Amino acid sequence: MERKAEGLLEMRGISIAFPGVQALDGADFTAAAGRAHALIGANGAGKSTLMKVLAGAYGHYTGEIRIDGREAKIRTPRDAKAHGIQVVYQEVDTALVPNLSVSENIMMEKLVHEMKGRHTVRWGELHREAQEVLGRLEVGIPTRKRVAELSLAEKQMVLIARAMTTDCRFLILDEPTAPLSNAETERLFRLVRLLKSRGTGIIFISHRLPELYEICEDITIMRDGRVVARGELKDWTQQQIVERMLGSKWEGQFPRRTNTPGEVVFEAKDIRDGDRVKGASLFIRAGEIVGLAGLVGAGKTELCRALFGATGPVSGEIRLHGRRLAVGSPFDAVRSGLALVPEERRREGVFVEESVTANLTVATLPRYTRLGAWLSAARERLAAGDIIGRLGVKTPSGAARVANLSGGNQQKVAIGKWLLADAEVYMFDEPTKGVDVGAKRDIYELVAELAARGKCVLYASSELPEIMGLTDRVYVMYDGRIVRELETDRTSEDEIMLYSTGGTGV
Amino acid sequence: MKVKDTAAALRGFRLFDWLYKYGTLLTILLLIVIFWASTDHFFSNSNLINILRSISIVTIIATGLTVSLAVGGFDLSVGSTASIACAVAISMFVWYGQPLAIGIAAALAACLVVGLANAMLVTRFKIQDMLMTLATMFVFQGLALTWSRGATISENMILPSGDFATGKIPEAFRLLGRVPWIIVIMLVVVLAAHLFLNYTKYGRYMYMIGGNPEAAKLSGIPVNRYRLAAYVISALLAGLGGIVLGARVGSAEVNAGAPYLMEAVAAAFIGFSVLGSGKPNALGTFAGAVLIGVLSNGLIMLSVPYYAMDIVKGGVLAGALAITYIRGRH
Repeated sequence: MERKAEGLLEMRGISIAFPGVQALDGADFTAAAGRAHALIGANGAGKSTLMKVLAGAYGHYTGEIRIDGREAKIRTPRDAKAHGIQVVYQEVDTALVPNLSVSENIMMEKLVHEMKGRHTVRWGELHREAQEVLGRLEVGIPTRKRVAELSLAEKQMVLIARAMTTDCRFLILDEPTAPLSNAETERLFRLVRLLKSRGTGIIFISHRLPELYEICEDITIMRDGRVVARGELKDWTQQQIVERMLGSKWEGQFPRRTNTPGEVVFEAKDIRDGDRVKGASLFIRAGEIVGLAGLVGAGKTELCRALFGATGPVSGEIRLHGRRLAVGSPFDAVRSGLALVPEERRREGVFVEESVTANLTVATLPRYTRLGAWLSAARERLAAGDIIGRLGVKTPSGAARVANLSGGNQQKVAIGKWLLADAEVYMFDEPTKGVDVGAKRDIYELVAELAARGKCVLYASSELPEIMGLTDRVYVMYDGRIVRELETDRTSEDEIMLYSTGGTGV
Repeated sequence: MKVKDTAAALRGFRLFDWLYKYGTLLTILLLIVIFWASTDHFFSNSNLINILRSISIVTIIATGLTVSLAVGGFDLSVGSTASIACAVAISMFVWYGQPLAIGIAAALAACLVVGLANAMLVTRFKIQDMLMTLATMFVFQGLALTWSRGATISENMILPSGDFATGKIPEAFRLLGRVPWIIVIMLVVVLAAHLFLNYTKYGRYMYMIGGNPEAAKLSGIPVNRYRLAAYVISALLAGLGGIVLGARVGSAEVNAGAPYLMEAVAAAFIGFSVLGSGKPNALGTFAGAVLIGVLSNGLIMLSVPYYAMDIVKGGVLAGALAITYIRGRH
């Protein structure tokens, strides 16, 4: 019995409550050294809470944690580290000091805890040791570079390297791939495989199901604070996983669409914006959903922002119903009938400190005024209430602060303000990023509904299944340019991927 | 057992929220009770009016500052702007013998220029508002000094030419600095700012910009235009404060507005928490000014020596701010 427990991390009957919420309810979880364990669940299922318990972020849980069959008392982050548990959270920047070098960030644990009586930093030694850690991980990042200058993927590598400077037995990766491009994800996976082969247990949280099969052996699925299923990943299909996550039968992810696109309504010719967008021409018909595919960094976000005037006036011409628009700012764009749901929801899409109602009415405020300026709270509530109902925004009331909503519901609020605006052209930039599966489906349906009402939709996404399932036509971007136009029915994920990576095809 | 813990935690949260919402008002009440119990004349009508009069200039200036805070800015130059308005208004009367309307119009026009200058610098150069207005604070202070040639402007002052100044300050102007007008002006300013910020679309836009400038821009709000408006309003209200100050004192002292800056900042920041708004707001700013005013007044009545008053004032300010900002940790 004791032998078998060697190299096992077990969490038994973990429960934790916060005011008003039972976040975890008797959750059991087991991970093993040298294996990667996928922890899956919709947003709010409790997977992050469970991992925070393991990392010592919450001290007031009930239940038991055992490592190697012996009880491990983990109530503080220090306890967790002492037991060899390290976490790389999704928000890498919160764990890094941007103005310090890569070396200092990697060796931070040591600089903080193992200086003993010393008062000076030995730079040569520091860089040498950091270099050694990176070398062991087969990662090439200059150790003297400032962390602020690194890419997101590199920052993750730095954090993983930092974990490796300690006696790390279990490494928790919280949605590490969400912001990464395919090439970067591949690099991360290579590193994960390397760590596994050296006996580190990996716990991997992700919303992207297909990639789990590449690196994970085991899976645990959570729902509503409980573990609903676990086992070996190879026994599960994606369909089955999604069913267990949602707890109900999953009928096809994308809405069925019947409308046929009409006339060309929106046209953009040779849009250029510095070295971000280097030439893009596109058109959208009424009622058409046009995909904008490409890897992260291909310029999709930049093109959307350029069309919306968010970077100031750009060169090229934009026409709506054949009439040329002067889009020098988002203010102009909105008045002309354009709408943009931006990629960075919390930074660009919503006002977290404001109420749901105020968020929804912000783009159409003049409509709820009397005498040109006086706001009518009743009219605002009415309009917002309508949208909250239509989109199924889960909020106690319109007066609730948006900060208290889940990611998916925040995104619905960000989209909802443009539904009130009744724009002609809707641009979505990665609208399902960091959104749980249930809310994703709602968003797809909403996009389809907009098209059915004859709106033009531009849908930028680096998730190829979304592009394939939702759009009528696809533009593929590579290095700031639109390099290809494809009919969705007559193409494949492989073909889009080929052009996205700079391939030229036949 | 578990249920009990949760209930206790919930009560803890509620008590905390309650403190956050009503802490400032409670402190004011507490101070009033303490001063009432320990002095003879604190609760007399004349003393209450005295308190309101004493805070009116700070409140007017702080209300302007509140508007600049609402858009996420920070107008540190309000004190200097008040100095300019005061110097320009009084000099118009004393040096140039101008009538009431011209004096006030000239002062406000000068403030309009000041506000536009601030707004241009802040929106064009993308320097943090507080740093930019710290710089302009010195510039405007220097301009006020230069305009008054580094001296107090008062009736019958000796001009550089060696003559006495012959202009008189209009009696109507002096009225602005006396009860009840000084209090009326303050209340009108507070009420107007409150209505503007909370019940008009302009105010809503300003709060949205203050909450998340990027999201505001992408929602189609002309962000720079509203930031400009906020700085102009801030400067005009600071100017009004300076005019009232001139009317009250009857002269333009050197750097007359400068001492009001820090009290205005304190009032506006204490005001964040009032009634749980969590944002800069006009009524809160007024409450903050009342808190400071009651405190100063009561301490004087208790015969606390003037040199020790700042210690108590600072302590209470720290307490009020602790209540306001401790919530940010959740």
